Amino acid sequence: MAQSMGMRQLQVNRRARIKSIDAGGELGRRIRDMGLVPDTEIQVVGKAPLRDPVAVRLRDFTLTLRNNEADFITVDLLEN
Amino acid sequence: MPSTITLALAGNPNSGKTTMFNALTGARQHVGNYPGVTVAKKEGRLHAQGRDLLVVDLPGTYSLTPYSDEELAARNFLLNERPHAVVDVLDANTLERSLYLAVQLLELGAPLVLALNMMDEVRRRKVHIDSGLLSELLGVPVVETVARDGSGKDVLIREAVAFAESRRGSAEPLRISYGPDVDAALDEMAPHIERTHFLTDRAPARWVALKYVEGDPDLRQRAREVNGLAELLEPIALRVAEHLQRTENAAPEAVIANYRYGYIASLMRQGVQQKDTTVERIRRSDQVDRVVTHPLLGPVIMLAVLYGMFQITFVVGEIPMGWLEEFFGWLSGTAAAAIPEGPLQSLVVSGVIDGVGGVLGFVPLILVMFFCLSFLEDLGYMARLAYMLDRVFRAFGLHGSSVMPFIISGGIPGGCAVPGVMAARTLRSPREKLATILTAPFMSCGAKVPVFILLIAAFFPESGGDALFLITLGAWAMTLLVAKLLRLTAIKGPSTPFLMELPPYRIPTLRGMLIHTWERGWQYIKKAGTVILAISILLWAAMTYPGLPDDQAAVFEAQRASIQAEIDALPAPAMPEDVQPEAAVGAEPAEGEAVENPALAALEEKLAEVDNQEAEATLRNSLAGRLGVALEGISSLAGFDWRTNIALVGGFAAKEVIVSTLGTAYSLGEVDPEESESLSERLVSDPAFSMWTAISLIVFTILYAPCFVTVVTMAKEASWKWAGFSMAFNTILAFAASVLVYQIGSRL
Repeated sequence: MAQSMGMRQLQVNRRARIKSIDAGGELGRRIRDMGLVPDTEIQVVGKAPLRDPVAVRLRDFTLTLRNNEADFITVDLLEN
Repeated sequence: MPSTITLALAGNPNSGKTTMFNALTGARQHVGNYPGVTVAKKEGRLHAQGRDLLVVDLPGTYSLTPYSDEELAARNFLLNERPHAVVDVLDANTLERSLYLAVQLLELGAPLVLALNMMDEVRRRKVHIDSGLLSELLGVPVVETVARDGSGKDVLIREAVAFAESRRGSAEPLRISYGPDVDAALDEMAPHIERTHFLTDRAPARWVALKYVEGDPDLRQRAREVNGLAELLEPIALRVAEHLQRTENAAPEAVIANYRYGYIASLMRQGVQQKDTTVERIRRSDQVDRVVTHPLLGPVIMLAVLYGMFQITFVVGEIPMGWLEEFFGWLSGTAAAAIPEGPLQSLVVSGVIDGVGGVLGFVPLILVMFFCLSFLEDLGYMARLAYMLDRVFRAFGLHGSSVMPFIISGGIPGGCAVPGVMAARTLRSPREKLATILTAPFMSCGAKVPVFILLIAAFFPESGGDALFLITLGAWAMTLLVAKLLRLTAIKGPSTPFLMELPPYRIPTLRGMLIHTWERGWQYIKKAGTVILAISILLWAAMTYPGLPDDQAAVFEAQRASIQAEIDALPAPAMPEDVQPEAAVGAEPAEGEAVENPALAALEEKLAEVDNQEAEATLRNSLAGRLGVALEGISSLAGFDWRTNIALVGGFAAKEVIVSTLGTAYSLGEVDPEESESLSERLVSDPAFSMWTAISLIVFTILYAPCFVTVVTMAKEASWKWAGFSMAFNTILAFAASVLVYQIGSRL
């Protein structure tokens, strides 16, 4: 059984699959526009020097988002 | 088919769309604005396939939802102008995500041609894309391109023209399923839309229905204006939204997006893209980022880059700036010699040439700054900068990308707010961008520094460096605090989502950087020729008219005549006698002469003094001077007398004018801002000018209305409303702060 957690909790280099996205309005729209939809595989590839925002790899590109934006996204942890 | 075919270029940011636009149209570009929004609209022409083509570069967007001005501009262009063909430039490296926009364009029924760009990188990554299959599945032409070296662009144009001719500007919209609930709602809504002809001349009814279900605010507003339509559509949209919330715990637009990605995933599965997943190559960009965004090394590199960029802009920019200054100096001299003395000469020399010359002097700075900026942006470093600094700037309601405009504006003393405000174009978040534009002029620009140095030299001669450092820190603090204040009041609103692509590092093309640089510089030059010329003449007039009344002018004339008589009475040495009073203004008597003839030198000095006194009286009597005198009642609260007031009014033309005007007001003639020792001494010896007056004046200079060139630039980048706001708000803020400082300080 995969472990569910908020995307903020993901450590660098951990892989996960998006379980659900809880954002509406403009933020929800932006999140979807960038390809973050349920069942997408992601990997955290880095964090900014102040640990926020984070850089995430998905669909062959790198995306950055703030921790408080990642809070709307729940993921299932994947084995590395 | 009309003789000119319109091609629209669509695509994600960083897809190489602009590079493609440059490759297609070369330098034959025209920059305008989309109606109603401050989004730049670039057009270019070319002749190919026996036709004239008009290529419109749509703003780079990830989607067609009208959430940002860019997206709204792009969508309205497609809806209203119906281009004959739409070329979607995709970064083929991120095919899945890039197809999301393509699918939306196809839903709209746009006559789409796909350009799979950056195919060279795709091949290097050993990824196989079957463009033939993609073309077959989507039913549109797909062309492989590399915009950087132009390969594939001829095929692209050929396909686009052929497609435009065969489809006559419209195409069968793509119909995909969004699940039974949404599909049923669309089927129910479409007949209503067709019957009322709501947008049906521009878009398929099913697309309109889809946007309605998605909750598109622009479209819902328009539907309300059609009699009875909203009443029919609203309940259907509401019903499907409630149903989806109950059964899938998701909003309709989320469900629709999922189905779009599902459709794209099915394309991939059918063999459009195959990659060797056994070796997950470590990408070079990621390796670079491990150093460049490292918790310790990252900030160090960042400081070096920011400092380096600043140095290049102002050190390199200064060289051609000097040439321009010399040229305008020569022009002034020539004009002064050619036009007889009088109001016309003054207008041409002091109003037109000095004004426009001062403004065009910024052009080299702007060109060099934009060259550096486009290098960093095309390289991909600007995105990293925003990424690293976002946490800091977000605390003040700004964005990580705000750092560049601040630095250029004078975050390192000596910058300039004109290119600084223009550098805010890299911000994609409207509220953060506006707050950045409005606060960047607080920084210590190169024209304010002489004012600071003058006052420091006069009142804090011991601690020059420390004082300037403190002023710089103070400017930063005020910039950030005011930004926070604005974001809590006038520009209230949640922070724009940060979600942003970190594009892979790519070496910029020289051609792209040059085109970008020239475009910005040219826009500025055009402005200088019109609005700025007009304002500079107005300011000149305000500081010149009305002239001294005849009786007062006669007094100075009489004084001059009597001194001249004394000079004439001196035993004539072998030197030119006919010293023109005008030529003596501001010029000290040449030292060689003083040694030769002390009596003559003393008299000439007296003559110059009379001229300076007359200049002071004239300035005081001018419109600006009267304003300064009239304001003395209020301004004395901050410790400013009429002299300082006039100087500050003059500072609206350009901040370095504060020093020279103060010189005139203190009867010193025009003081060169670079050599203001005499003025420093005068200020110290003026009993009305205390240390706290100086501090109060420093505070005021940091904060008050930006110079008018900056104001015009702000109007161009934001709006006249906000530019006006900045003039009024900054001046009030400056005055409040100065009064506070002066009143508390002088009581200590």
